[in-house]
Amino acid sequence: MPDPMKIRANLVGDSTEVKVLMSHEMDTGLAKDSSGKVIPAWFIQKVTVLHNDQQVLYAQWGTAVSKNPFMSFKFKGGAKGDKVTITWVDNHNETRTDSAVVG
Amino acid sequence: MDRHRRQALKSGGGLSLVALLAAAGWIDPAAAAPAEAWNKAAFQTHDMDSTLKALGDGTPVPSANVVFFSTPDIAENGAVVPVGITSKVPNTESIAILVEKNPNMLAALFEIPTGTEPAITTRVKMRETSNVYALVKAGGNYYVTSKEIKVTLGGCGG
Repeated sequence: MPDPMKIRANLVGDSTEVKVLMSHEMDTGLAKDSSGKVIPAWFIQKVTVLHNDQQVLYAQWGTAVSKNPFMSFKFKGGAKGDKVTITWVDNHNETRTDSAVVG
Repeated sequence: MDRHRRQALKSGGGLSLVALLAAAGWIDPAAAAPAEAWNKAAFQTHDMDSTLKALGDGTPVPSANVVFFSTPDIAENGAVVPVGITSKVPNTESIAILVEKNPNMLAALFEIPTGTEPAITTRVKMRETSNVYALVKAGGNYYVTSKEIKVTLGGCGG
């Protein structure tokens, strides 16, 4: 099971600011290890962000997103106590879902 | 007699609710995952034209309404280059980050539903000094702005 995401969701004016840090190697498939063997590509491809049950962002990523990806954005509305749920899926079809409460 | 149940409860303590439900066979884990597709073709392109084609065609118009923010002119470490893009184009549907001299040009594509501010920040890898494009789709048209980021240390790790 991959490590949990660190998610912050805070009200800023009339918007909710979401910041997330994921734990993932994001291997490009181009780098080699110390023995000269190519490290196969392993990276997050899809990220969805839900505010309660409504989708507020959908991202598609390639291998060029940095290791342990960071992302931030804002959506309108949201109230203290609302739930923000983030799910990612990588190219091995591994997935992880974490939630945070808007503060 | 209740040992199995106890173990299940114990081992379930650290798992997410979704994983627990999935383990119990109540929900299909695939159903909880994003249903949208990953645009494989778009992530295998090497130039603007083929990337645009894979994303659904269109000719991008240079626009001052697409703006980089919190993005450095010089990146010391190409493995972690912060990029922020905001769009002032009405009805922005998506924002894409393209790095011209990377092995694959498209780095990330963000779909922006109504109610979400058309502004995102993330971090990308850059192989070498290159133009970075912020490509915005709004009302079916494409708008673009570019910025050169100098990389002192390449981001490919090899």
